[in-house]
Amino acid sequence: MKEFAELNFDKEVSYTKTHEWAKKTGNIVRIGVDDYAQSALGDIVYVELPSVGGAVNAGAAFGSLESTKAVSDLNSPVSGVVVKVNDALSDNPELINSSPYGDGWIIDVEVKGDSDFDALLKSDAYAEYVKTLEPIEAN
Amino acid sequence: MRYLSNTQEDLREMKEAVGIKDVCELFASIPQNTRRAKEIAIEPRSEWALMREFSELSDANKPGVAFIGAGSYSHHVPAHIPYLYSRSEFQTSYTPYQPEVSQGTLQAIFEFQTMTANLLGMDVANASMYDGASALAESALMAIRVKKKPKVALSRLNHPHYVQVVDTYFKPSGFETVELGVLPDGRTDYSKVPDDVSAVIVQSPNFLGVIEDLGAAAKAAHDKGALLVVSFTEAMAWGLLKNPGSQGADIVCGEGKSFGLSQNMGGPGVGIFTCKMDFVRTTPGRLVGQTTDKNGNRSFVLTLAAREQHIRREKAVSNICTNSGHCALAAAMYMATAGKTGLRGMAQLNHDHAAYLKAGLEKAGFRPLFNGPFFNEFAMTAPAGFDYKHEKIAQKGFIAGLDLGRYLTEHKGVFLFCATEVHTKDVIDAFLKEVA
Amino acid sequence: MSENKYPGTSGLAFKEALLWERSRAGRLAISIPEQDVPKSDLDPNLVGDAPDLPELSEVDVVRHYTRLSTWNYGVDTGTYPLGSCTMKYNPKVNEQAAALPGFTELHPLAPESSIQGALKLMYELERDLLEITGMHAASLQPSAGAQGELTGILMIHAYHAHKGKQRHKIIMPSTAHGTNPASAALCGYKPVPVELSKDGIVTPDAIRAIMDDDTAGIMITNPNTLGIFESHIAEIAQIIHEKGGLVYGDGANMNALMGYVDIEKTGIDVMHLNMHKTFSTPHGGGGPGAGPVVARDILEPFLPVPRVKKDGDRYTLVSDAPLSVGRLHAFYGNFAILVRALAYTRTLGKDLKDVTEQAVLNANYIKANLKDVYNLPFPQPSMHECIFNDGIQHRSGVTTMDIAKRLIDLGYHPPTVYFPLVVDGAIMIEPTETESKDDLDGFIDAMKTIAEEVKANPDEVKNSPHNTTISRPDEVQAARKLILKGQKA
Repeated sequence: MKEFAELNFDKEVSYTKTHEWAKKTGNIVRIGVDDYAQSALGDIVYVELPSVGGAVNAGAAFGSLESTKAVSDLNSPVSGVVVKVNDALSDNPELINSSPYGDGWIIDVEVKGDSDFDALLKSDAYAEYVKTLEPIEAN
Repeated sequence: MRYLSNTQEDLREMKEAVGIKDVCELFASIPQNTRRAKEIAIEPRSEWALMREFSELSDANKPGVAFIGAGSYSHHVPAHIPYLYSRSEFQTSYTPYQPEVSQGTLQAIFEFQTMTANLLGMDVANASMYDGASALAESALMAIRVKKKPKVALSRLNHPHYVQVVDTYFKPSGFETVELGVLPDGRTDYSKVPDDVSAVIVQSPNFLGVIEDLGAAAKAAHDKGALLVVSFTEAMAWGLLKNPGSQGADIVCGEGKSFGLSQNMGGPGVGIFTCKMDFVRTTPGRLVGQTTDKNGNRSFVLTLAAREQHIRREKAVSNICTNSGHCALAAAMYMATAGKTGLRGMAQLNHDHAAYLKAGLEKAGFRPLFNGPFFNEFAMTAPAGFDYKHEKIAQKGFIAGLDLGRYLTEHKGVFLFCATEVHTKDVIDAFLKEVA
Repeated sequence: MSENKYPGTSGLAFKEALLWERSRAGRLAISIPEQDVPKSDLDPNLVGDAPDLPELSEVDVVRHYTRLSTWNYGVDTGTYPLGSCTMKYNPKVNEQAAALPGFTELHPLAPESSIQGALKLMYELERDLLEITGMHAASLQPSAGAQGELTGILMIHAYHAHKGKQRHKIIMPSTAHGTNPASAALCGYKPVPVELSKDGIVTPDAIRAIMDDDTAGIMITNPNTLGIFESHIAEIAQIIHEKGGLVYGDGANMNALMGYVDIEKTGIDVMHLNMHKTFSTPHGGGGPGAGPVVARDILEPFLPVPRVKKDGDRYTLVSDAPLSVGRLHAFYGNFAILVRALAYTRTLGKDLKDVTEQAVLNANYIKANLKDVYNLPFPQPSMHECIFNDGIQHRSGVTTMDIAKRLIDLGYHPPTVYFPLVVDGAIMIEPTETESKDDLDGFIDAMKTIAEEVKANPDEVKNSPHNTTISRPDEVQAARKLILKGQKA
């Protein structure tokens, strides 16, 4: 587990309190998990991905991440329809550890409107929030 | 007491270190209203008295020569197997949570997984379930997890006790079972599989001993978008029969007690669970996987633990924790001992003895219930008056088949017989003399 | 440290191949009986290829498993302080009793007249378990603790169904055993967490606040997984009962209660017992165990079938019980394990109270000796186990797992680690009563040595174990690149 000072909070994306990030381009929102989540979970060994075409709801689980010692639900920051999943994660789940904001993205969701997205935390506010959390023990 | 090692002097020093005068101070948090009024009313026995008592209990049983299988089969256990599995290091260890001090168990279970998967023609086997019945219940639940339809179709010729266990596991969830009937040759009728089932579940050889057509079962299941679950009670059959994996089974589960374990009044057994690789993440029970250690040495660990109860808690695929590891070890030893040619030879001899017994019974006036193919078990309609004779034969030390009327009401007066490699010609002849 | 201070040394360590790497075509380790009857050919369409199994000699098989056994640590090897698992000594006379031919050769479906000894044995073990717990009726059928737990919850579910209104929640403290939530989920009960007091126990107020008429009851482990006795248990049970609920007791920690506590008086309605913990049957590297349930009279009609009944001096199996949850095992449970358990209750008898006293004294002795060296998150009086964590050592970058691995080098099986979840980096120590003060002193000394090493040379601890055949296998690789079945060499 990284110390707080070592964590990277990408300025280009917005965050949920359950440690997912979202980045909007047009009406497509790309979703992943942040540096804090990947660091807390440790080595990711499996990503349970949704199917393309399925609906996701803001705040509801759409998949899960497994390390050798823990399972963590993936909660969608926005509501919409899954238009793409990152298939590379099936064979290389470690991409989430090595590049949480880049190659380790998880799904693309098509959304209507901005309301969900605008409610998310910006990086500074999110960093303040993470600072208040007790460190999670990574084993 | 010889199992307690502390001397009075030890106890005195320990109490002093803990800062108490009397041990009962350590129980101060137990309120008076929950305490026992009296001491435990069981008189301790010496080792001598204990063995006398247990010998009397043992002698009050009359195992005799049982010509019954029906889920528990009499097989020879090679001498070296109990000798090896009784080694303390295997018997007195816990579940292998610390791989550095349990590679013995871990490699042995990895080998068990490999041999059972190969025997049944499946991709992956787990480290064992409690017994064949709970393995079937867990398979049915898994099929429902995979296919998401709350109903399964069960052949009427699954072991009735296994079906009862499935019912017990299903009852609180409201999952349904529908029964598939029996064809005149003693095989399951697959023509009426409903559209909305997650699985077709068939036992082979079935409860009445008939070898099922698993290819037909697979087609019937897959045509309806369901999984084929094959159950078995007699693992020895797979030494001879075409394995279920090659015939299209998706999950194969059953009882492995025939491999190296004694009858023991039915337990413990070893539940075998195998499936296709596609379903590995929803497999119940423990899995051992191969990896390397920090120095690059081949080593084995428990893996995919994120499916299990201690991590996923109420979302776990099963609540199983302790399984039947020591029995799986015995079964692995048996498979390694019999090997490719030995298991084939032993299985063939089971069939030969059963065929010899069946021919003898036919001469004595019994009629086969079915003419479908059998392995080492078969059902016969008894001649009139056999019910009475059954008791008399028992007094001679033979258990003359299982009265099926107790299980399947349509088969009153029908008996299920079994012969294995231990029922030699001499024994069968002596038995037939009593029956005649 | 001096060379011979601890039992752990580098030892004799053999390499050993996988079975199929030893295989040579033409070898055979089994004796096949004479072909004394004519060969009977099955329809060739039904016959498969000979099974894909290795070919070995008897010597190959014996050496293989003997070598593998040397890579294992057992209770017979040394101290095994695995918390929550009660790794006590497994008496050898139990094995001798279980090996009597009247038991081993017995077919489960033989006529009742042929199995009187076995039925009597089961009946007597039920009586002993009821005497020890104070409860009213028992079933020996569940195969392990988790199946016993499931049986108990099935009985609670069946009870509510019979009352005409099913409930949907069940209260579950975070100090309950790990299998509890999964067992409840099989019955469709949603676990409801409950706040613990600062002393680490459940309080009546906390229960009063959440117990309602949609809650089936509570699953409670006592002593809880912090090793602390739930001293409000009777009042908690009363609150649950007043709202029509039932109390499930996880009896995995019965080793702390024998001779002291009357389970019936605690208000528990149904409880499972682990024969492979408290009742000394061997754990076998992962089972088989046995998890009998004992119940209060109101739940007797819901016990699994068949049940053993005594009728004069005859014993019979009875399945006629319309309210029963049904059957959980192909036959009657893990009979050979039950034989061992009865041998234990009959050997110890009323002295089971001494077992409990020394189990609790041993745990408290370890606690008293290590409390200045390791952090003790809950300093309250505890019973048969004590829970430390790596709070002090963590500052040097050493974790609970490192401490566990270093203990292996010094000749001890590690305690349970990272459980219970309510303690970060938990080190859960349960010595059991069968360890002597000498054994405990050795273990305490080893733990203190490690704490010193953490200060002086943390890498020695972080890179341990050094003396084992393998060290720190890569669990991440095992899970990412699954190899669950061996390939032919």
